Amino acid sequence: VSAALKQGQITPTELCQKCLSLIKKTKFLNAYITVSEEMALKQAEESEKRYKKGQSLGDLDGIPIAVKDNFSTSGIETTCASNMLKGYVPPYNATVVQKLLDQGALLMGKTNLDEFAMGSGSTDGAFGPVKNPWSYSKQYREKRQQKPHDEKEDSNWLITGGSSGGSAAAVSAFTCFVALGSDTGGSTRNPAAHCGLVGLKPSYGLVSRHGLIPLVNSMDVPGILTRYVEDAAIVLGMLAGHDPRDSTTVQDPVKPFTLPILTDVSKLCIGIPKEYHLPELSNEVRALWSKAADLFESEGAKVIEVSLPHTSFSIVCYHILCTSEVASNMARFDGLEYGHRCDTDVSTEAMYAATRREGFNDVVRGRILSGNFFLLKENYENYFIKAQKVRRLIANDFVNVFNSGVDVLLTPTTLREAVPYLEFIKEDNSTRSAQDDIFTQAVNLAGLPAVSVPVALSNQGLPIGLQFIGRAFYDQQLLTIAKWFEKKVQFPVIQLQEFMDDYSSVLKNEKLTSVSLKQ
Amino acid sequence: MWGRTVWLCLRAPGGRYRGFSSKAHPPGSGRITAEMLQHLERHALVDFGNREAVTRLEKAIAFADRLRAVDTDRVEPLESVLEDRCLYLRSDRVIEGNCAEELLQNSRRVVEEYFVAPPGNIALPKLDE
Repeated sequence: VSAALKQGQITPTELCQKCLSLIKKTKFLNAYITVSEEMALKQAEESEKRYKKGQSLGDLDGIPIAVKDNFSTSGIETTCASNMLKGYVPPYNATVVQKLLDQGALLMGKTNLDEFAMGSGSTDGAFGPVKNPWSYSKQYREKRQQKPHDEKEDSNWLITGGSSGGSAAAVSAFTCFVALGSDTGGSTRNPAAHCGLVGLKPSYGLVSRHGLIPLVNSMDVPGILTRYVEDAAIVLGMLAGHDPRDSTTVQDPVKPFTLPILTDVSKLCIGIPKEYHLPELSNEVRALWSKAADLFESEGAKVIEVSLPHTSFSIVCYHILCTSEVASNMARFDGLEYGHRCDTDVSTEAMYAATRREGFNDVVRGRILSGNFFLLKENYENYFIKAQKVRRLIANDFVNVFNSGVDVLLTPTTLREAVPYLEFIKEDNSTRSAQDDIFTQAVNLAGLPAVSVPVALSNQGLPIGLQFIGRAFYDQQLLTIAKWFEKKVQFPVIQLQEFMDDYSSVLKNEKLTSVSLKQ
Repeated sequence: MWGRTVWLCLRAPGGRYRGFSSKAHPPGSGRITAEMLQHLERHALVDFGNREAVTRLEKAIAFADRLRAVDTDRVEPLESVLEDRCLYLRSDRVIEGNCAEELLQNSRRVVEEYFVAPPGNIALPKLDE
């Protein structure tokens, strides 16, 4: 599409309007909390002027994007899907948002999520759950008609995964080309796998967190959701780099992320962690994982089994550290400087308590209380410090594996494909998070880069993704391998016929739905 | 807070909790006492609200207890994955600010340039008050 814009095949305003109309048509997905229509059209106008003068800002100029609603956006309500921040309008842009806007991107809106990014289904936000566009795809519906059922058409829709479900649904339904998510325990990779997208979690310290409302400061990173690996690399190239406003960003000079085309994988060593062979893993995912390993082997790469001995403890470690940091980070919401404030004015403590009770949902409150428990003096050593020690063991496991000659690890992203919402809510948030984050959170503990690449459709017609984990700051190598893999598997484009009719003839011979950012 | 009335009903004579200890609790984790719940509520300034929340906390603690099985002898805690680098510190020069008006706009109760808070020297009401 970027080339199309440069060549004048389509104008930014036309593109913007197409996406806005799609947003309206797909409103039932509940992917967006706020749609910034006026701003997007204004940005499109300015972009058009630049293109006319031949002064485009780059590959992202005039491209519609969406941003998860826990990134601060100046002048646009930022809620984190919580009652606590309803009506909160930040006075500044998050660094990553600013960088994208500086490149001329058109901000379509803020996407839905689990409240404060806590959850693995995008079902627990104050604005309702997000529906997976694949629930309405031809691929899924065709398979379902084979089984006789008398349920209403829409009652069995599927979850998107979480917590960046809104961003994933937005990209998957073609309302934008790129979306920002956040990844603390797999929140970008999980919905990417469920929605058939590329979900990139960059190395911790590569991309600035300034403006990202924090969940776990030592594990959060902004995540990138796109349809193609190349697009993710382009965006990463724009976002990576030191930010004086975020002292946890590294100061190393950032090389451009152009991905070479890999033709020869014979020098690669792919590691398959044996502890990730869980009994809960669905047969289809297991089979695809195996097939992917065989693919690498058949093309000459070395594929070996490796061991990450502390894997079974990583989810517990993550649970303690996450709730502890959350307890600390949520302390800022007291109703005084911003956000919701209750009506009681008896005393500061009563006001804080009531405000926080009204503003947070059960999930958030539960985590705050658990976190506070682990941080109590009598428990600090046994829980918090202990978890930090286990974290070091887990991080070391990865270091040892990479030092033994492995270039990337190949693992499943999720246990199975997206499930129906009605099934998902049978278990509570913390149980689901513990189950669904199982393959993804160890990566956050170690701060490594990881990417989920869609591989194939399941027997039910739903996407399944696999995860590649790379060495810290070797994001370019990781993406290069992912790109090679993506080309080999040729994941099908989602067929959303009902909404796609007016999209088909936008570009000369190509459907807009299958073009990448550069096209 | 209605949660308090729930506890008052459940309180057996003598002030100890009934009904929250599970026979399945492994030794060492202990059941959560009313004092602990109150302590946590005061620290977190978030109330439990209902029995489910307490059960959730118990489950969370039981889950966390699994870490006892790991041998962390002579292992240093890991605070940040970037621990082998120097933390970047900006030079102490003011380069931005002067946005008091913008910031005050986000608050519900403001008087001139002050955020208004209710009196701070009143403790949260105790359970039996």
